[in-house]
Amino acid sequence: MAVYKLKTPISEDEIRKLKVNDVLYMTGTIVTARDQAHKRALEYFKEGKQLPINLEGLAVFHCGPVVSKEGEKWVAVAAGPTTSTRMDIFEDEFIKNFKVRVVIGKGGMGKKTTDAMAKYGAVYGAFTGGAAILAAKAIKNVKSVEWLDLGTPEALWIFEVEEFGPLAVAIDSHGNNIFMDVQKKVEENKQKIYQKLGLSP
Amino acid sequence: MRDKTLDIAKIVEDVGFNIVKQAVIYLPEDVKQALKKAYAEETSDAGKTQLKAILDNIELAEKSKAPICQDTGTIIFYVKAGSKVKDLDKVEQALVNATRRATKEIPLRPNAVDPFTQKNSGDNTGRYIPFLHWEIVAGEELELTVMTKGGGSENVCVTGMLVPGEGIKGLKKFVIDAVIRAGSNPCPPTILGVAMGGGSDVSMKLAKKTLLKPLDEPNPNPEIAKLEKEIFEAANMTGIGPMGLGGKTTVLGVHIDFAYRHPASFPAAVAFNCWAARRASARINADGTVEYLTHKVKV
Repeated sequence: MAVYKLKTPISEDEIRKLKVNDVLYMTGTIVTARDQAHKRALEYFKEGKQLPINLEGLAVFHCGPVVSKEGEKWVAVAAGPTTSTRMDIFEDEFIKNFKVRVVIGKGGMGKKTTDAMAKYGAVYGAFTGGAAILAAKAIKNVKSVEWLDLGTPEALWIFEVEEFGPLAVAIDSHGNNIFMDVQKKVEENKQKIYQKLGLSP
Repeated sequence: MRDKTLDIAKIVEDVGFNIVKQAVIYLPEDVKQALKKAYAEETSDAGKTQLKAILDNIELAEKSKAPICQDTGTIIFYVKAGSKVKDLDKVEQALVNATRRATKEIPLRPNAVDPFTQKNSGDNTGRYIPFLHWEIVAGEELELTVMTKGGGSENVCVTGMLVPGEGIKGLKKFVIDAVIRAGSNPCPPTILGVAMGGGSDVSMKLAKKTLLKPLDEPNPNPEIAKLEKEIFEAANMTGIGPMGLGGKTTVLGVHIDFAYRHPASFPAAVAFNCWAARRASARINADGTVEYLTHKVKV
């Protein structure tokens, strides 16, 4: 287990050094995107339209924050991760097209995303679900917001962060996926549990 | 509340606002204690790191008076109304007003979306939202409880029509399978509300309502308490662990309730709550005074 502190934009070489169980702290720019924003971003790409921000080397954060507007300035009040599996249907294309190097969320992602991370060079950083104030503390500035028409949880929030983390590297760019490993163990344990409860498999 | 001079709508709005605020910022003591115990007992490094972040976050939320989690949930009120309370027809609107105020002032994340247009109302209100569960009892007090229910744990709630011939064994399998299928997604360690009988709607309603019970209160029926413990231990054998990164803390507690069932049906439901199990209650007395039942902290 190693601790990495990386600054955006992150290169493919840099991200390939990370292995599962490493811990990552990020400084620089991270951009939130949930279901609707992923969907729209991929539609833009298909139509040849430019995104409001170039995502290359940055992190995409599965998060719908609580925000408040103080005068003209947005402030991130609470900003923990949302369940990442919902974005599994978009993420491989998202990584391929926009070259994001880090995907931040909770709960892990599946095989398709893991394969895309191995192919194009990206990692999944698990942030503790619900730890919204811990996350908000590392957000030093809300740089801007795009696609607010999708509603505040679904908009693209562009955050400037300092030592955002700890992110547990749970999927690396070499095909390893901690969540899938745990799932395998859970399946093995299931038989023991059935036995203990007197159930037939 | 027979006193004609009391403005019930105003009192309910204020109390509704206060309990939402208590719920989203301060976790109930029983949940905090359970998380501390889990942290002390967890043996997996990854699991321990997650529990530490959870405990740090709870403290930070209290200090900065900000919501524990950015998903401030769907707002559900449970109203236990004394039959002698006047102006009960004004309670619903007062709680809608309380929700709007809470969204703006605390603030909460707007979480009410029209499923046809996908437009977010922006204030956590909309058709049937906040949802109100009513119970009419004798007396002249009005008890209000709020649950602010996170979406991640809601997405894995399940209702099933089990085989009556399999009895409680079938229920045990149903619950364990639900926990395994939910995996990392409901922000474990979770709390399970389990119920059977009544009908598909009734079992889920009861399962969700049991989530309001404190973790240190097992079912008063010893047989049911034993089943709660058995499922609790079995769920923690899965190895899912905090946030699904592996470990021995997958659930913090299990509550079970039931209704009688149709001879041909065995409806069952499992409601999940994330570790950020947010709830708060208050009682409005006949003279208009208010007692906060779950939280001592002033908001």
